Amino acid sequence: MNALPGINVVTSGRAIVSTALAPAERALGVLGGDLTERSLRLHLEGLPGVDAVGLEERAAALGTRSIKTTSKAWALNTIIRLIDLTTLEGADTPGKVSSLVAKALTPDPNDASVPRVAAVCVYGDMVPAAVTALGAAHGDPDAGLVSVAAVATAFPSGRASLRVKLADTEDAVAAGADEIDMVIDRGAFLAGNYGLVFDQIVAVKDSCRRADGTFAHLKVILETGELNTYDNVRKASWLSILAGGDFIKTSTGKVTPAATLPVTLLMLEVVRDWYRLTGERIGVKPAGGIRTSKDAIKYLVTVAETVGEHWLQPHLFRFGASSLLNDVLLQRQKLTTGRYSGPDYVTVD
Amino acid sequence: MSDLSKTPSFLDYAPAPESTSILHLKKSYGLFIDGEFVKGHGAPFLTISPSSEQKIAEIANANSRDVDVAVAAARKAYDRTWSRMSGADRGKYLFRIARLVQERARELAVAESLDNGKPIKESRDVDVPLVAAWFFYYAGWADKLDYAGLGPNPKALGVAAQVIPWNFPLLMLAWKVAPALAAGNTVVIKPAETTSLSAMIFAEILQQADLPAGVVNIITGAGDTGEALVNHPDVNKVAFTGSTAVGRAIAKSTAGSGKKLTLELGGKAANIVFDDAPIDQAIEGIVNGIFFNQGHVCCAGSRLLVQENVHDEVVDRLKSRLGTLRLGDPLDKNTDIGAINSREQLDRVRELSDIGEAEGAVRWSAPCVIPDKGFWFAPTIFTNVSTSSRIARDEIFGPVLAVLTFRTPGEAIAKANNTPYGLSAGIWSDKGSKILAVADKLRAGVIWANTFNRFDPASPFGGYKESGFGREGGRHGLAAYLESAGWGSGK
Amino acid sequence: MGFGQMTRLTVPKTYKLYIGGKFPRSESGRTYEVVSKKGVFLANVALASRKDARDAVVAARGAQPGWSAATAYNRGQVLYRIAELLEGRREQFVEELIATEGASKAVAAKQVDTAIDAWVWYAGWADKYVQVAGNGNPVSGPYFNLSTPEPTGVVAIVAPQASSSLLGLVSVIAPAILSGNTVVVIANHAAPLAAVSLAEVLATSDVPGGVVNILTGSPSEIAPWLAGHADVNAIDLAGAEALDWVDLMVTAADTLKRVLPPEAGVPAPSLERIVALTETKTVWHTKSLI
Repeated sequence: MNALPGINVVTSGRAIVSTALAPAERALGVLGGDLTERSLRLHLEGLPGVDAVGLEERAAALGTRSIKTTSKAWALNTIIRLIDLTTLEGADTPGKVSSLVAKALTPDPNDASVPRVAAVCVYGDMVPAAVTALGAAHGDPDAGLVSVAAVATAFPSGRASLRVKLADTEDAVAAGADEIDMVIDRGAFLAGNYGLVFDQIVAVKDSCRRADGTFAHLKVILETGELNTYDNVRKASWLSILAGGDFIKTSTGKVTPAATLPVTLLMLEVVRDWYRLTGERIGVKPAGGIRTSKDAIKYLVTVAETVGEHWLQPHLFRFGASSLLNDVLLQRQKLTTGRYSGPDYVTVD
Repeated sequence: MSDLSKTPSFLDYAPAPESTSILHLKKSYGLFIDGEFVKGHGAPFLTISPSSEQKIAEIANANSRDVDVAVAAARKAYDRTWSRMSGADRGKYLFRIARLVQERARELAVAESLDNGKPIKESRDVDVPLVAAWFFYYAGWADKLDYAGLGPNPKALGVAAQVIPWNFPLLMLAWKVAPALAAGNTVVIKPAETTSLSAMIFAEILQQADLPAGVVNIITGAGDTGEALVNHPDVNKVAFTGSTAVGRAIAKSTAGSGKKLTLELGGKAANIVFDDAPIDQAIEGIVNGIFFNQGHVCCAGSRLLVQENVHDEVVDRLKSRLGTLRLGDPLDKNTDIGAINSREQLDRVRELSDIGEAEGAVRWSAPCVIPDKGFWFAPTIFTNVSTSSRIARDEIFGPVLAVLTFRTPGEAIAKANNTPYGLSAGIWSDKGSKILAVADKLRAGVIWANTFNRFDPASPFGGYKESGFGREGGRHGLAAYLESAGWGSGK
Repeated sequence: MGFGQMTRLTVPKTYKLYIGGKFPRSESGRTYEVVSKKGVFLANVALASRKDARDAVVAARGAQPGWSAATAYNRGQVLYRIAELLEGRREQFVEELIATEGASKAVAAKQVDTAIDAWVWYAGWADKYVQVAGNGNPVSGPYFNLSTPEPTGVVAIVAPQASSSLLGLVSVIAPAILSGNTVVVIANHAAPLAAVSLAEVLATSDVPGGVVNILTGSPSEIAPWLAGHADVNAIDLAGAEALDWVDLMVTAADTLKRVLPPEAGVPAPSLERIVALTETKTVWHTKSLI
């Protein structure tokens, strides 16, 4: 696919050229008609700073909430409903994906009351296997079905040409992916080429369009571990929303640190501010490193107390996780049986 | 389609009560004098839980005769034991106390929340850990006084009379007792009338630490007990934390007595938010500044000075944030705002808030459900406040914030300093040079930049002007309890 | 033969090196005999090699960022915990000193008590020495200016080699680590058992692995390697009186290490010793209202 009109590659990070950016509806609304690299940069650099010490203290304070009994039971079920059950390994096979799907549909074979997860998340070339395995259960998680999310755009590094990244996206959409988890170009971001990062997101969003005119949902992975500072995360979050992302996502899970409570809190604050500004709701997905129910519950609390509990629905919040599900099942078993459970009582997928 | 609209709100968290079964309370407590609990000769009184108004225990009341006995015990312990003990050994006792506080931390936190009304989250995570840290820190100074920069051969003063308030009962006790003992003094300390419980458990800890009898004496009682104590002729040092009015009275009554005096009094701190503040953290800082501990904090950020060009946005965000504060049972682990400590204090907060409204300020309160029993006040914000308003001048000592504006840094400084108080201040900005220049000009003893209400035993705390004099914490905190031969130690 | 019949047979302890929180034998496989003052065999103690010293420096360097990033309060508590555990093991240390130093019970007990008290004294400095050795500076101009001491990094130490093997060791380790330095220590050659037992105390006192590394062996063999090691920031020659210590200083000068000279006997408790192993950093920041 050719480059979209209006995209100019900025070859030098130093020269801030007034390059026109690919039109994105939201950016036009917020920044006005003069949508250039320069106007975008001025906007991003005008955002308020983040005091890391204060942010981390606020996250820690939210983490002291004590969620017990009925609240805990609800929380555990909600966590499951919000999981993107994930396998992203070079060694993935259709058999592995099939096994993952079975787990997604029936997390606990001994307990039919356990809800389904929101989605399975796989590499683009595994999408057909996932779709086949899901069969009639493939669909909208808000309706109790399970969707297929595919990572794309040369995940996890993002180091490939735009042509390759768009082809990666189109293939996954064509194969039936409902959601695309793309990565931003962190190198370009850190070099200050905000316009390039912006244009790529716009282009990928465009590649999410299906023949019938609907769009696969786009999650934009910031890879917060590589962006390093909270100020960068705030800027990248705004940029991704302006460019058209439906969700902002913390990490690929392939880099440490992956999701953390403070970084997720920050992204929720951006989403809250976007909502105040425009009335539009953007989703948030922390991914990688969330292994225990205890941790996941802290995230639910953080969402509820930052943007409101309306966000605790599959179309607005997801956990990118694999081993989390089993820990939640063990906790559920403790709540129902009254005794501590063990790894023999949950399945490996 | 989501089924979540039918489920109860997640934000109505299920009760998460901290159990009181860890306490082994007595029905009544005596005075702790000379290492033992003894009967008081004044009329005993009840201590109640301000959240339920239920009785907790009966507390002894020390009359002037009891005060005499306590001071005599402290004097004897000083002369015969404590002043002859090496600094290293004094330090070892303080280390023991620190460790015992850590061991019984949960018990102390529950007792404190029960008796004071503050959330268990605060007494567990802030108060009690700081108490242990304070004793740990000063333990290490006991045998290093020569290094404290307070002159050669610093010596203890003798017997210290200490009177503490009800807002951080055990922490204020630690702030007083730890440095006094480290410096070699013995102590008679009077906890506040409404919050004596944790001090009584602390007395048990002193017994477990095997502290020599008479080194610390804890005499419970009301205002007259405190007055008798600070005016006692055989006391060498007076340390008081409480209201400016009482502090003034003590300064007058100890004038010419030869007693060394330190005072830690009220405040009306300005929390200054610039337009380049890290906004989300500034909101947290404002909330923490005035609503932490129900605003019962001498250094509370009770005046928000916000740069005029961001006033509306800040107030807007503040109101949203207050929507997730939880007011209720102090022993529930999710409670953010506990009970007001007493009916008297609640009446005062209500009275001043009504005055604020009458003066034309616009009142807004967080939508909290107020329980039937107990003393409660919802977090409240006043906008359209002028610098001459009573609520901008008087210390309310409750969860009430007065919001004022400024245009330039210079104006912010002028307004912040325009008060007889001078305990603390907050500065919120992303610009270091501005923070440091503003800090330079603020007449306040503690300045927090991009944070608020941070305490550490290594960090000196105390006020300018009518907020008192002397410092607690740090190397400076030893000065109140020592005199040096070379430093004008005469009367 | 049942249990408890006749005199009970002991289970003698094995004495190894302490590196990175673990107890390895010397990579060289060498040991040397330690005998009591009366010539009775006590143990075969590891004879450290230059490679052990190299590994110890790697461990010390690896542990240094974390240890210096801990709060001063935390470090103070860890040192106090060491004192608590030493107190609990008092009898064991007394016995060892009686055996290795030929001391009477009273003298050995006094040494152990003094060593415990030294830990307590130094523990109390962790969150205070900065207040005494650092300060604001009233420079001319609109600048905030603050001087603060920071740990220098990895410190190599030759522990006192004459008598008082336990006290000597404590007197050089505690002042070095309380500020956030990590150390590689060459123990008392003739009386090394207390050093290994101390290592056992350290291993159970919340001291992160690598903060203290103890090498038993020959100071004259190992010290030159540490003095020349480019990743060691300072060398304390307290116990090097009997060595070619001037040579060691010359070697250390190649990398401009900070050097503490030999001392006769056991170093007394000293603030100077703490501060000598720190670097002072002075920070300027502009101040302006407009």
